[in-house]
Amino acid sequence: MTDDIQQEKNINEIDDPELEKVKRIEDEITGEYKYGFTTDIEEDRIPPGLNEDIIRIISAKKNEPEWLTEWRLDAFRTWQTMKEPRWCNCTYNEIDYQGITYYTAPKNTPQYQSLDEVDPEILKTYEKLGIPLEETKRLLNVAVDAVFDSVSVVTTFKDKLEELGIIFCSFSEAVQEHPELVRKYLGSVVPTNDNYYAALNAAVFSDGSFCYIPKNVRSPMDLSTYFRINAVNTGQFERTLLIADEGSYVSYLEGCSAPMRDENQLHAAVVELIAHDDAEIKYSTIQNWYPGDDEGKGGIYNFVTKRGHCKGKNSKISWTQVETGSAITWKYPSCILEGDNSIGDFYSVAVTNKYQQADTGTKMIHIGKNTTSKIVSKGISAGHGRNTYRGQVKIMNSAENSRNFSQCDSMMIGGECEANTFPTIDVRNNSSTMEHEAYTGKVGEEQLFYLMSRGIEEEEAVALIVTGFCADIFKQLPLEFSVEAVRLIEACVAFPDTLG
Amino acid sequence: MSKPLFEIKDIHVNIEDKEVVKGINIKILPGEKHAIMGPNGSGKSSLVNALMGHPNYEITEGEIIVDGKNVTDLETNERAREGMFLGMQYPLAIPGVTVSNFLRTAVKSHPDGEARVKTFRKDLKRHFKVLEIDESFATRYVNDGFSGGEKKRLEILQMGILRPKVAMLDETDSGLDIDALQVVSKGINEFCDENVALLMVTHYQRMLNYVNPSHIHVFMNGEIVKSGGPELALELEEKGYDWLQKDVPEKVEAQ
Repeated sequence: MTDDIQQEKNINEIDDPELEKVKRIEDEITGEYKYGFTTDIEEDRIPPGLNEDIIRIISAKKNEPEWLTEWRLDAFRTWQTMKEPRWCNCTYNEIDYQGITYYTAPKNTPQYQSLDEVDPEILKTYEKLGIPLEETKRLLNVAVDAVFDSVSVVTTFKDKLEELGIIFCSFSEAVQEHPELVRKYLGSVVPTNDNYYAALNAAVFSDGSFCYIPKNVRSPMDLSTYFRINAVNTGQFERTLLIADEGSYVSYLEGCSAPMRDENQLHAAVVELIAHDDAEIKYSTIQNWYPGDDEGKGGIYNFVTKRGHCKGKNSKISWTQVETGSAITWKYPSCILEGDNSIGDFYSVAVTNKYQQADTGTKMIHIGKNTTSKIVSKGISAGHGRNTYRGQVKIMNSAENSRNFSQCDSMMIGGECEANTFPTIDVRNNSSTMEHEAYTGKVGEEQLFYLMSRGIEEEEAVALIVTGFCADIFKQLPLEFSVEAVRLIEACVAFPDTLG
Repeated sequence: MSKPLFEIKDIHVNIEDKEVVKGINIKILPGEKHAIMGPNGSGKSSLVNALMGHPNYEITEGEIIVDGKNVTDLETNERAREGMFLGMQYPLAIPGVTVSNFLRTAVKSHPDGEARVKTFRKDLKRHFKVLEIDESFATRYVNDGFSGGEKKRLEILQMGILRPKVAMLDETDSGLDIDALQVVSKGINEFCDENVALLMVTHYQRMLNYVNPSHIHVFMNGEIVKSGGPELALELEEKGYDWLQKDVPEKVEAQ
């Protein structure tokens, strides 16, 4: 009898999250980009173009200290000497950097003291996106920093976090309130001269999120930034700086979307993570920028530099990304494993459909002893999508007894798409070990027949096979995000003509 | 006299322009258990795969009638929704998709899926018991690393959960040891009651010791060469298939 009850319980536990998932994703498989609406608000907008004056205007608008203005100008001068890289396995037209507007913000109050001051249109926007900001409707256990075009409009649960000494605010606010921390860490992981887009970002970045977790504090809730590009012809250049002090833990979520527009828009962000001794950072991204239309017109160029520094002993940084949007995704969230025994993980799902292109992967640089890294990448190509995994694992002489495991799998749907894998491995000592696995497959006719013979429609069958293929990655995401990820992937692959 | 639940009317099947099934007629009343027997390559599997709508098999002539409705022009998933089911000979793995998620999605896709999903958990538990399946099965990935016996149990489990009107089983007994065969047969007997039309394809007689057929059809070269009652299976067991081949010399020549 007891056994029976126990079994009943097991089965309930087994099914509940899935039931929930099935419920949530019901009727969502439309394949249309659902976040393509625009919001009508008054904008504070500077003229397009880029020169030292523009940078001074941005810096002045943010009321920045002189050292930061100089830091920006220095980055700009470096950028001018650099050449736009073209090694990405993507094709796109010349970007006119003088045609971009580098700062657009909702008018009047760039920094809001309370929600009452926020334009109701903006609140409505976030609600439509599924991220209500009002007190009564907020997601439980997730603090949100909402970035609208170039500025952070509001950060929720700030007070509650402050009680624990956690700083979670917009980048602009951090510059005013915690200049010593910003100055200490800004550019310490991604220097201004790191690459072309990092230099550009350093020169013109307008806002972003800042987060500091003090010693031995485990953040009681997930921290989250939601980026929304609304304005026309505006580049979005935000920076995220996240510091986990000794023995602390934080799970950080990042989401993005943009309206459907015919012209391409540039998003060049920089994310820097620092983990001190025994600290752990879990960083999850769901990237759903507008991918362009069925002919490949429009969409976001997502050229982003993300890097984590496992500075302390036993520190851990884990990147999880689900990339479903953007016309072009070009990024390599990486880990520098400096502290002994530190761990770096990279879990990625990248979907390219229509004419989307993704060249993404990771870099794991092992410096400390006994460092461990794990890479699991799942690329899915459909339509005319082009999907490239590019990765580098470097185990330095000093990194004795280090280990890496890499798994790069690709799945193709239909015959017009492309999947590529470019792994690079560089091991400079004899005590370390590497493992590499790869798999490339097609969604097969037999698998489809099997599922369809059980009554499941073709589109749903494809979605089931594809989400199954990504199951290992979704497990890494917090539940809320995992549901969102499954829904997005299903919407992404649900095009009846992809199997053609 | 009740009406046939499943009618196969003059079905012809091609694989890449080669005719492999040459005009089959079978009528199955509710509760009847028909077995198609025949040597390897005689077209038995081709017939049931074509009936389910497998893309590699083209039905060039004939009609499939389920419960009075012509389903010949329907997609595979629509045929399933009309009550057809095929237990596969080689069930495929779907990595990352749990048995429970797969079954629930399948149940939901059926016409009364919304109502059925409510009792899904209870049904699953009951069927696990019949098929002597451990409950941890629900969270494993579909056929991923399954033994032969586990795969066939999952096929019968699906049949039990989906409750088809017309159940076709393709070589369910292949790859099973005697214990697994008994359990799987128990499941078939339990799920295929007086409301179901069952069509089993089998090479050997041994499963028929556990699932007693009412009708036997002997298949050769894409045709039924002999039909009869359960006694025919025993005769085949004793004599093999060769004597039937001699019965129809003109067919052999026609090859």
